[in-house]
Amino acid sequence: MVNIKNISDDFPILAQKINGHRFVYLDSAATSMRPNFVLDRIDAFYKSSAANPHRGVYALAERATAAYEGARAAVARFVGADTDEIVFTRNASESLNIVMYCHAQYALKPGDSVVIPISEHHSNLVPWQIAAAKTGAELRYLYTDAETGLIPDSEIERKIDKTTKIVAFAHVSNVLGLRFPAEKLVARARCVGAVTVLDAAQSVPHFPVDFHGLDVDFAAFSAHKMYGPMGIGVLYGRRELLEKMPPFLFGGDMIEYVREQDTDFAAPPHRFEAGTQNAGGAVGLAAAVEYIGAIGWANIESREAALMRRLTAGLAEQKRVSVIGDADPGARRYGVVSFNIEDVHSHDAATILDSFGIAIRAGAHCAHPLLDYLGVKASCRASLGVYSTEQDIDRLLECIPQVRRKLGYGD
Amino acid sequence: MEIDALYSEIITEHSRSSRNRRRMENPTVSRQGVNPSCGDELTLELREDGGVITDASFTGEGCAISKASASMMTDIIRGKSRTEAARLCSAFLGMIKGEQPDAETLDALEDAAALQGVSKMPARVKCAVLPWHTLKSAIEDLKDQ
Repeated sequence: MVNIKNISDDFPILAQKINGHRFVYLDSAATSMRPNFVLDRIDAFYKSSAANPHRGVYALAERATAAYEGARAAVARFVGADTDEIVFTRNASESLNIVMYCHAQYALKPGDSVVIPISEHHSNLVPWQIAAAKTGAELRYLYTDAETGLIPDSEIERKIDKTTKIVAFAHVSNVLGLRFPAEKLVARARCVGAVTVLDAAQSVPHFPVDFHGLDVDFAAFSAHKMYGPMGIGVLYGRRELLEKMPPFLFGGDMIEYVREQDTDFAAPPHRFEAGTQNAGGAVGLAAAVEYIGAIGWANIESREAALMRRLTAGLAEQKRVSVIGDADPGARRYGVVSFNIEDVHSHDAATILDSFGIAIRAGAHCAHPLLDYLGVKASCRASLGVYSTEQDIDRLLECIPQVRRKLGYGD
Repeated sequence: MEIDALYSEIITEHSRSSRNRRRMENPTVSRQGVNPSCGDELTLELREDGGVITDASFTGEGCAISKASASMMTDIIRGKSRTEAARLCSAFLGMIKGEQPDAETLDALEDAAALQGVSKMPARVKCAVLPWHTLKSAIEDLKDQ
C-alpha cells in the first residue's frame, strides 16, 4: 500500500506535467494530495457498500454503518480520543463553528474574555469575533514575538486571566510553520478554569497528536490536509462538554424520538450529525489514517524535518529572499515556511514559479491580522507533504532567482 | 498564456516605473481601491481642470500586473476629458472580460492593450482591473462635485 522508497509514486496527481514541466507541488498546507490507497478505498465504498448508514437493516446498510462507524473508531485511535468524542463535520472550520454556536455563545457573558494568538487562521478567529459580538465578551490576542514568531510566556500569563473562559489556538501556524506550546497554553487555561480549543489542522499531518494526552477540551481538523478527501472534517469534544451542548443542525438521524411538538435528541456524537453524512469521506479519512500509519511517524517526521532543513537553509542562502518570522534560522518548522522576494509581490512570484511547474501559495494565507501585525502585505508560502522530495526543494530554490529576472530586476 | 507574454518588457517596465507612482498636490479627487483577496491597495489621484484630466497619479501596494495597469492607465487618461476617460475605462474592462476590441479601441488603449492576455488568466484578472475600477469610482466622484 505504500511505496516507501518513492512515496510520490503513490500519488497519481503528481505524475502530470504542468506548463511543460515536472509538477512540483508545494502547497500541502492548503490541501494535500491523495494516494491511490485512499482513492481506491473511497471508490470501493461507493461500488460495494454505499447504502445509507444507521437506517436500513439489510446487508448493504449494515456494511455502510460498519464502514462509517469503523472510520470513527479509527480516527479516535489516531488522535487519542474515545470513539463517541469524534464528530464528523465538513471541515475544521465547521468544527470550530460548532464550538462557537453550541458552546461559546451560551458559555460567554459580558466581562468574560476569549484569548487567541494573533497568528490564527481566519477559521479559528472569525468565529471568536462573532462569539464576542454576540455575548459582549472581549476577544483578546496573544501577540507573538515579532523576531521569533513565538508567544512569550509573560504574554500567556498576563492575557489569560480569571475573566478568560475560552483559549483557542492552532497547534502549528499555517503561515509560520512554528509549533505553539499547547501544553503551556492548556496548563494556563486550566489554571483559570477556561475551556481550550485546539486547531490541529496543520499538526495532524506532520506529527502524532494525542487529544487526551494534551488535555484539550475541543479540537478540530480536516481530512483533506492529511491525504484524505475534501468535504470531511472532525470535531473532537470532551464527552462531558459534548453531552451538555445543544444540536448544531436539526434533522434526520440526530434524534432519539420525535413527537408532534417536541423532540428528544440523540446522544453525542450523532446529535451533531444531522442528515445523511459524508460516509464515503469518512471511509477516505480512515484510509488516510491507515496510510499515515503504514509510512510511520518516525519516517514522516525525519523525512519532513530533513526536507525543511534543506528548504530553510536554501532560502537563507538566496540573495534578496527573507523568511517571515525568522530570527532563529534553526527554528523547527513543521511543513510550512513563508518568505518574500525583494521588490516582488507574492502573486507575481507564484505565477512565475507556476510557469516552471511549481505550485506555491501566495497572498495572506487566511491570516490577515497576523500579516498586519508583522507589517507584511502578503507572502509566498511553500509547504510539504509525505510525497515531497529533495528534487522538489532544489527545483524551487533553482527557480526563485528567475522570478526577479522575469520582472526585470537585477540579481 | 506564455509567461514571457504576461511579463513582457512593456508590462514589467511600467510595473517598475515610478513616473506615475507619486502623491499629487491638491488633487480634485482621491479615491482608494482595494482587492480584499490579495491585499492589493491603490490610491488614485486625479486633477481636473475645465472638464479635462490634467494629471493622474497613483500610490499603493500591489503586484506587477496591478502596478503596470495603474501606470499605463494614468498615462492614457492624462489630457483626456472625463467622458473619454470613462469610455476608455469601459473598453479596458470589456477587453479583460474577454471581448475582442476593434483596432481603433486597441489603439486608444495604447500600452494598456498589452494586458489583453490577462483575460485568459482568471486568477490575475482582478489585479489588472483594480486601477480601472478605481478610476470608474473616481469619475463618479468627479460628477458629484
